[in-house]
Amino acid sequence: MKFAHLLAASSLAVMAAAGANAKTLVYCSEGSPEGFDPAPYTAGTTFDASGKTVYNRLVEFDRGTTNVVPGLAESYEVAADGLEYTFKLRPGVKFHTTSFFTPTRDLNADDVIFSFMRQGDPAHPWHQYVPGISYEYYAGMEMPTVIKEIRKVDDLTVKFVLTRPEAPFLANLAMSFASILSKEYADKLEAEGRMADMNNVPVGTGPFKFVAYQKDAVIRYQAHEDYWAGREKIDDLVFAITTDPAVRMQKLQAGECHIMSYPAPADIEALKADPNLQVMEQPGLNVAYLAYNTTIAPFDKPEVRRALNMAMNKQAIVDAVFQGTGQMAKNPIPPTMWSYNDAVEDVPFDPEGAKKLLEEAGVSGLSMEVWAMPVQRPYMPNARRTAELIQEDFSKVGVDVSIVSYEWGEYLKKSTEPGRQGAVILGWTGDNGDPDNFLAVLLGCAATGDGGANRAQWCNKEFDDLIQKAKVTSDPAERTRLYEEAQLVFKRENPWATLAHSTVFMPMSKKVSGYVMDPLGTHNFTGVDIAE
Amino acid sequence: MTAATPIPSERRRILREFWFYFSENRGAVIGLGVFLLLVLLAIFAPLIAPHSPTLQNRAALLVPPFWQEGGSTTFLLGTDAVGRDILSRLIFGARQSLFIGCVVVSIALTGGIILGLVAGFFGGWVDAVIMRVMDVILAFPSLLLALVMVAILGPGLTNAMIAIAIVLQPHFARLTRAAVMAEKNREYVMAARVAGAGRLRLMFRTILPNCLAPLIVQGTLSFSNAVLDAAALGFLGMGAQPPIPEWGTMLAEAREFILRAWWVVTFPGLAILVTVLAINLVGDGLRDALDPKLKRS
Amino acid sequence: MIRFLLGKLAYLIPTFIGITIVAFGFVRLLPGDPVLLLAGERGITPERHAELSAQLGFDRPIWVQYLEFVGNLFQGDFGLSITTKKPVLTEFLTLFPATIELGLVAVTLATLIGIPLGVFAAIKRGSWFDQISMGTALVGYSMPIFWWGLLLIILFSGILKWTPVSGRIDLLYFFPNGTGFMLYDALVSGQSGAFTSAVRHLILPSVVLATIPMAVIARQSRSAMLEVLGEDYVRTARAKGLSPFRVVSIHALRNALIPVVTTIGLQVGVVMAGAILTETIFSWPGIGKWMIDSISRRDYPSVQGGLLLMAGVVMMVNLIVDLLYGVINPRIRHS
Repeated sequence: MKFAHLLAASSLAVMAAAGANAKTLVYCSEGSPEGFDPAPYTAGTTFDASGKTVYNRLVEFDRGTTNVVPGLAESYEVAADGLEYTFKLRPGVKFHTTSFFTPTRDLNADDVIFSFMRQGDPAHPWHQYVPGISYEYYAGMEMPTVIKEIRKVDDLTVKFVLTRPEAPFLANLAMSFASILSKEYADKLEAEGRMADMNNVPVGTGPFKFVAYQKDAVIRYQAHEDYWAGREKIDDLVFAITTDPAVRMQKLQAGECHIMSYPAPADIEALKADPNLQVMEQPGLNVAYLAYNTTIAPFDKPEVRRALNMAMNKQAIVDAVFQGTGQMAKNPIPPTMWSYNDAVEDVPFDPEGAKKLLEEAGVSGLSMEVWAMPVQRPYMPNARRTAELIQEDFSKVGVDVSIVSYEWGEYLKKSTEPGRQGAVILGWTGDNGDPDNFLAVLLGCAATGDGGANRAQWCNKEFDDLIQKAKVTSDPAERTRLYEEAQLVFKRENPWATLAHSTVFMPMSKKVSGYVMDPLGTHNFTGVDIAE
Repeated sequence: MTAATPIPSERRRILREFWFYFSENRGAVIGLGVFLLLVLLAIFAPLIAPHSPTLQNRAALLVPPFWQEGGSTTFLLGTDAVGRDILSRLIFGARQSLFIGCVVVSIALTGGIILGLVAGFFGGWVDAVIMRVMDVILAFPSLLLALVMVAILGPGLTNAMIAIAIVLQPHFARLTRAAVMAEKNREYVMAARVAGAGRLRLMFRTILPNCLAPLIVQGTLSFSNAVLDAAALGFLGMGAQPPIPEWGTMLAEAREFILRAWWVVTFPGLAILVTVLAINLVGDGLRDALDPKLKRS
Repeated sequence: MIRFLLGKLAYLIPTFIGITIVAFGFVRLLPGDPVLLLAGERGITPERHAELSAQLGFDRPIWVQYLEFVGNLFQGDFGLSITTKKPVLTEFLTLFPATIELGLVAVTLATLIGIPLGVFAAIKRGSWFDQISMGTALVGYSMPIFWWGLLLIILFSGILKWTPVSGRIDLLYFFPNGTGFMLYDALVSGQSGAFTSAVRHLILPSVVLATIPMAVIARQSRSAMLEVLGEDYVRTARAKGLSPFRVVSIHALRNALIPVVTTIGLQVGVVMAGAILTETIFSWPGIGKWMIDSISRRDYPSVQGGLLLMAGVVMMVNLIVDLLYGVINPRIRHS
């Protein structure tokens, strides 16, 4: 034990002194992680720095896809009624040995139960290990109502008993909040009265072990020598925290980092033109939409919503606002997601037809509000400009638009009020790659009402039945069929104008190889190599 | 004698003497010239500017200045990322900056003078309360305080001006108070008081005109500070909001092009520098001309 | 001296109370609800919202919150950051060394260049040296430093590639148990090249931050020196035939520097404000940048604690300057 400790210390020294010999990958990241325990947080930046590097989960998203594959569980079984999930843990999985902790045992069922119970059980000593902490994703994915019990069958077998069949459950377990922590480490911290350190100096089973963090500056990781899936090719992983996209780009071009996140759309061309760089791109797992309030006249009539959608020149929005970094959307889910229904035909751009349709519906001299959010989001670079374009398009069919905006927090809240006037521009980035995470969260009947994310206040029986049925069906083919049908209903009813899906870019040095973009938007450095 | 109402020929003599000392300072005269030029540019901006400051010319994005390859004389100083003419934006930006300076100094001066007069004249706990509040304001780094205030009031030019004025006003209050304290017991004040002058009259007509000199100097200083701070707030995204052609906001928008298009970054900053420099030159000249102590040396 | 000190402290107490009220009150007035920002597009039910607000203590009467806030302050508890859930004081202290290092280097730079510039300009009054140096000082004084920083980056990092774009030291170097003062850490680590690297990273930000204080100090030194040179005892010394150098170094300089000390002290506030801009431009991981981020995240406790701590630092430095001034110049102490 002591020897291991020494070894860790000396390898640190080696890394510090003769960094040139070690393969170091420097990633210019967009911000500081909120902490290193992934469960209490919701930001992708935090998951990049903890969930994806330090930790593993029972099941994982297969690299570059949203498919769920075995992770720390080498196999799992789902009971026929969909109420019991039994996970067989991989034997011999080692936790990180670091300068601050030396594990004495391998991963077992206790670690799994600890990792979930601390989130689900308000009486658990670790539930509030930092005052004011809350488990937003655990609550958001409805885990408290879905999980009835977690049982240890034996040291390497854990059984989850559910209250109802829940098809997205496995995908949820692959999310960062479901990371598996070390109970042994937790016990040690508890005994030493340093519980808050769980969030400061993490220990996990993941591909990289945590070395040091300087707030707002640098996070350092080292390859986990005993990683169960094989040691990584790079030795050191460094996150150089650089909040300004222009500075990140300069650092990448100056060779101060090898790979960067979120380049400014304006810089894409210059980055592509740089002979030392390569730029990967992928459609993001997101959608930007304009949600009508379907409970308020005249937007309660599907033909009025359809007419307005016909009046909207979406191509112009994609060109002017996304400037080549997005594509028109026709479905509420992005094309990279399984069950995306490509057979759906989008509402055509047809101002004349729109005028006629409005006349037929008896709507004339309509004036409405369009809400534009005050901030830039991954799915929407400039809501204000989008609103201005919509304003112009609508004026051509005789609809007068006034643009409304609020401070971001207010905007999020006011836009959920059932009596809201007008249409609201917003969007969504997927959490777990499951269509349910878009269709039920944003358009389900349960999400209507004050505080819900269904900002169209749209509750359509036919649509809701389809997605509810899909949620309790475990056969993927059947689920796909149901979701495809739901998308047809959606397009028929037009509760939203589906605006666009944005494209995500990942510029990196040509020395970097093996990087795979994650459709879920996280940054994952497993399997990456760097040429000297 | 009442210092507040000098006879016309006396006033003219004072002015002539002031101009004599002021014009001795070459820098100050140059500064004044530049400043007047800026005022003219601001007033006649729609006539002088070759283009509209907000018109986006989609066919001419990031065009360099005319002397560089690829530049054209249509856009003398080039265009920005959405094809707006930089020269026109700079000319219209002079309006913003001068407007900011005037408004901020007016608010700060009025507020500061009233608070300072009241504090100095009444003394006691009124004085103590007012001056402690001023101390509190001065204890915070000014830009930070302005930043938080703008965050409270909401980003925008008006709110930025209010915040800057509040941050700058303690300087005026302190100056006025000090001057009042010094003048309060002078003979001419006593005389006015004995003659039955009311408090308001004493404060504004008798004492105030005698402490104008340092206030004028502080006013010019605050003018340049206001221009700088407003630009800084704009730069941090908390001042004037796009597409208003405010120089600091222009810089903030230009930041991402720093290595690709030097002109979008260079010119707005240069405009700020020249303006502030001109005002500071005038301020130096005013101080030398108004401060009898330095005048002698 | 003790009485002088106590007097000063008594004077500071109401100011301090005012500062706590401002910091607390301002932050309560900030529009935007951090709970809503945390929830994001997902939305949040009114019940869950109330629950989280209660957890964060936003549901109690405002005066209770204020009293608790002040009470906690005396125990060194500035609250927990909403985003990171870590104590605000810890966050402040981890970032403060970066700002101190930058600020100290900047003030030192400003002093070392500003004083000689001002003194020589005064001695050579009216010469071309005086005109050029004072012209430069006025330009520096009028400089929008956020633009100045960008220009230097374009020139030295972009075109000449002499200095790094951002950061505090090359990522190659790493001090696990560092103090946070990079120059010191690099020096004691003994790793070759570490100190040079830290210096190279520090050059541009500190030059930018030093610009305005340097101009102020130079101008102040010049006028203080001019004043002293005009006084009788200096004239006498000159008349006695002492060399100009001796007159300046022995008699004039010492007296001229007294007001300059105050000026340098007052620059701390300027440097703090400048740090907000400088750190933003250079991605310098200090408290200025942290404050900006906290404001945009509506992280109430961090903004509140940060405001308070920064004001506290400015007050402390001013107090020290006052005391120093009292020591140098006994007349003040007794008046």
